[in-house]
Amino acid sequence: MNIVVCVKYVPDAQAERTFNASDNTTDRENVDGLLSELDEYAVEAALKLVEAGEGEVTVVTVGPDQAADAIKKALQMGADKGVHVKDDAIHGSDAIATSLVLAEAIKKIGSPDLVVTGMASTDGTMGVVPTMLAERLGLPAVTYASELTVDGAKATIRRDGDVSTQTIEATLPALISVTDQINEPRYPSFKGIMAAKKKPVEEWSLADLGVEAGQVGLDAAWTKVEAFAARPPRSQGEIVTDEGDGGKKLAEFLASRKFI
Amino acid sequence: MDLSLTDEQRAFQAVAREFLDREVVPHRTEWDRRESVDTAIVPELGKLGFFGLTFPEEYGGLGGDYVTYCLAMEELGRADSSIRGIVSVSAGLFGKSVLAAGTEEQKQAWLPRICSGEALGCFGLTEPDTGSDAGNLTTRARRDGSDYLISGQKIFITNGTWADVCIVFARTGGPGPKGVSAFLVPTDSPGFERREIKGKLGLRGQATAELFLTDVRVPESARLGAEGEGFRIAMQTLDKGRVSVAAGCTGIVQGCLEEVVRYTTERRQFGRPIASFQLVQEIIAQISVDADAARLLTWRAADLVDRGESFGTAASKAKYYASEAAVRAANSGLQAFGGYGYIDEYPMQKYLRDARVMTLYEGTSQVQKLLIGRAETGINAFT
Repeated sequence: MNIVVCVKYVPDAQAERTFNASDNTTDRENVDGLLSELDEYAVEAALKLVEAGEGEVTVVTVGPDQAADAIKKALQMGADKGVHVKDDAIHGSDAIATSLVLAEAIKKIGSPDLVVTGMASTDGTMGVVPTMLAERLGLPAVTYASELTVDGAKATIRRDGDVSTQTIEATLPALISVTDQINEPRYPSFKGIMAAKKKPVEEWSLADLGVEAGQVGLDAAWTKVEAFAARPPRSQGEIVTDEGDGGKKLAEFLASRKFI
Repeated sequence: MDLSLTDEQRAFQAVAREFLDREVVPHRTEWDRRESVDTAIVPELGKLGFFGLTFPEEYGGLGGDYVTYCLAMEELGRADSSIRGIVSVSAGLFGKSVLAAGTEEQKQAWLPRICSGEALGCFGLTEPDTGSDAGNLTTRARRDGSDYLISGQKIFITNGTWADVCIVFARTGGPGPKGVSAFLVPTDSPGFERREIKGKLGLRGQATAELFLTDVRVPESARLGAEGEGFRIAMQTLDKGRVSVAAGCTGIVQGCLEEVVRYTTERRQFGRPIASFQLVQEIIAQISVDADAARLLTWRAADLVDRGESFGTAASKAKYYASEAAVRAANSGLQAFGGYGYIDEYPMQKYLRDARVMTLYEGTSQVQKLLIGRAETGINAFT
């Protein structure tokens, strides 16, 4: 079974994340970045399926030079090869354009049996690219999988909702997005780190994919950030002193915030 | 001269730190209090490659270099020296002795399991009456047909009660270092008893044991190296072990530095962070210089190992300096924490307690100074 996993290089949530002042896009170059943690679950899910049978895992990313680190991490975890789509014209692309570039890249990679993605990125957190991508590829999409098994040409997915759990079957090829409940992503081992050095990574431009520069980037985006401001520092909490009526005061506080 | 690390070394360092920060650091206080780490961590360390890092691939190892091993040891020392000790004794002392002196059969029998973390080894050299004077050990191995019967007592043996196998150094010949031989003894052999030593000042999470051997029978094929080579095997392995201890100590200094910087920039007294007081900055500057000096001495020794050059004196210098620096850094760092440094809600007192043994084991600071002095003067001041 051949699997393509879409991964994203995102600014490290531990770092000082910010926007570019010039065009209000996410600053991806001056902030330390990493493979989106939510995508680690997708990589792990794909590796588990391939390890249980045969085939290979290809990771694909769309992003600037530094995004190669996201591919490298996935290769260190055990993926077989990588595809890095980079082109200055992609800067500022919205989800629609991103799904277009990913779709064309996946078509060029071949016809995978399965496309696996994380449930959302940890920077944009929209969670819409998986279904857009499935639409463009003409694949059935099952999102938010917290369990995934494949038997022959049939994938079975458990989807945990707030009020019910659904079990869904999909015929391969299909696109599946996975949650952070699906597995425990492995740490790359020293062996994996050494092996990743020798794994192939292809770099493709928009021209390689037959995508026009005007179809992507900030100018083509349906949504734009108009303005941004740093979040104000958290205000001081309220200290309740217990003078025999501490419980009552706490209850009043919670009620005033509509918690009870 | 290029002191930069390769991409792979930096990647492994980052993975090691991430793994240890998530899987070890949150538990170290509890493990320290209950005097035992969770041994389920051992195979996990094996999966990442901590045990097999520098062993050849044909024995289940990863063929990594010694500098990378030192990076791993530094990260382990920063996280929890008890965990570092488990790895460095099983892989560095037990495994490396087998690799250096073992027969093909012995290597195949033990190294793959040591490299995966499936089995643990220990190193039975120290005895109640012979510590630095290991050449005069009294455990005896006497011939019985084609077998040996080993009797004697060992003490302060790291991994002792957890290990599957022990290198037992025992006397097969006359007095002195030349009468010592080494044996690979499974710890479930009849006559092999173990008792855990409780109440240690530091390294409380790792099992340190007394071993009692009463006519433990081993075949001749269990002997590591020729008769009389045991002491040489022990000393060669300990030379490398010293580089590994030095790397672990560098990790303690680095850990102290990070903790002290974090605490002193957050803690406010007299209306400002205590890091803004000159006497506190002096503490930080000293720890910072010690971290660099310890690391550079360690890397120099590791680089000599990797290039196949003589590294014994460099290892002694690194081990001596880094272990003393670890005690200094933890002690002065604790001072910067004030009363909070004295309780185990913060890691400073554990760093100090763990650091204290570093100037004692695998050759005391005094022994290292004698080795360095002998190398400088050509005069042996041991006896």
